[in-house]
Amino acid sequence: MGRSSKAYIAGAFEHPTRKAVDKTIAQLHAEVALGALQDAGLTKDDVDGYFCDGDVPGLGGLSMAEYMGLNLKYIDSTETGGSSYVLHVGHAVDAIAAGKCSVALITLAGRPKAEGVVSLAARDGDGGKLPERGFEIPYAPVITNMYGMAAMRHMYEYGTTSEQLAWIKVAASHHAQHNERAVLRDVVTVEDVVNSPMISDPLHRLDCCVISDGGGALIIVSPEIAKTLGDRCVKVLGSGTSIGHLNGGKFDLTYTGAAVSGPIAFEEAGLKPADIDYASIYDSFTITVLETIEDLGFCAKGDGGKFVSDGNLISGVGKLPFNTDGGGLCNNHPSNRGGMTKVVEAVRQLRGEAHPAVQVPDCTLALAHGTGGQISARHGSATVILGRNDA
Amino acid sequence: MSNPERTYVDPSINMETEAYWEGTAQGKLLLKRCCSCGETHFYPRAICPHCLSSDTEWFEASGKGKIYSYSIMRRAKIPYVMAYVTLDEGITMMTNIVESDFDDVAVDKAVEVTFRKTESDHSLPVFRLS
Repeated sequence: MGRSSKAYIAGAFEHPTRKAVDKTIAQLHAEVALGALQDAGLTKDDVDGYFCDGDVPGLGGLSMAEYMGLNLKYIDSTETGGSSYVLHVGHAVDAIAAGKCSVALITLAGRPKAEGVVSLAARDGDGGKLPERGFEIPYAPVITNMYGMAAMRHMYEYGTTSEQLAWIKVAASHHAQHNERAVLRDVVTVEDVVNSPMISDPLHRLDCCVISDGGGALIIVSPEIAKTLGDRCVKVLGSGTSIGHLNGGKFDLTYTGAAVSGPIAFEEAGLKPADIDYASIYDSFTITVLETIEDLGFCAKGDGGKFVSDGNLISGVGKLPFNTDGGGLCNNHPSNRGGMTKVVEAVRQLRGEAHPAVQVPDCTLALAHGTGGQISARHGSATVILGRNDA
Repeated sequence: MSNPERTYVDPSINMETEAYWEGTAQGKLLLKRCCSCGETHFYPRAICPHCLSSDTEWFEASGKGKIYSYSIMRRAKIPYVMAYVTLDEGITMMTNIVESDFDDVAVDKAVEVTFRKTESDHSLPVFRLS
């Protein structure tokens, strides 16, 4: 009933670990797959489509498919960094609608914490084959200073302040206090954020996300199968993807690819930002959230600072409850890729299964957005709009 | 007042970009312009990213521009200023701001190119406040 949906999210699972010292990456993939299948009420043998990022062990999904004993009719290992899993939802829906598969499994897993990763350098793969390498790597770009430049430009153009950015972390921390698995559970204030050590101007330590292990998985199914699985299935109403980049040296750092992927997803869903009850917004840094909220149309470009202030992102307080699991800023950023957990928490909200302290009442329509790579250089953007079973 | 600087790692140099690095070795900042659509682009390519024409030519930039954005990487062993600089020729390029007190660096400030030697003695264009 209600809005039409080409496919449904039937299973969603977030790995409970935050530091996986005693598990391999392949093992984590299988554990999250099993978790999502059990959540859906399906078994491994029901899976006929598999989606993963390009960072999994092995060539594309080949080794993971073998490790998990999957027998597949459809495979997709599109790699757009942390946005991959949101993109995979859209791709899985399209594959199911085209009749290519009927039960799609998407997995993410990684263990940077156990492997001792403390900060992230910009990608330096492929040596001389990476065309931009010689014009970037000698200048020592790292993730924090690249996002710092986006924040600095936004501040210059629109008067955005560190205090406004801090409100994003404050909201995430209000949610994370209720999540017993969150890496950071203490509620913080605007003062705590702006007084935390400066990492790369204007981003402070508390403007950054956590580094954690773990992962997650999703099961996307056809409408016919969803009918057999009950009303915990969530509708996928729209999806959009894009890649933002430096455009031959003519770019605007205050915009992200969400300005393209968002409108595509909203148009397919026949909805507008004001219709959304809950939003999972990629939060590698506070500035990522602020620019994305503007680009998705929740407020005008440049008004993000005012929009996120005064608790407007806190569930039960503000107009746009976001990242009610605590997000990447406080809860979990498994494998330095936050798109999976964005979808998982949106599914929890639409099922009414978020923590009672942060559950959005009568949550009917939700959005999840993923960003991968760096918003101040080349990055993937993926948006999905989801609806409760009766939406 | 200037700050201590880190050792600059070598650029990757290939057949598309060797003229750029030969230029920097002579103290010149070269850019690529498309003879078909007229647009200047960065980083320099054999194929224009604006129209995909292979009819592109090198020209020497003024070396002058303004800071588009920056971030001071304070957690590095030797802190440094990461920046994007918009050249007078209209393109914006990644760089470092050198020879400047961190407190003096700001968006929109005028800068000029200078060069630093990398590990293997290539010349890397960087910018200082002008």
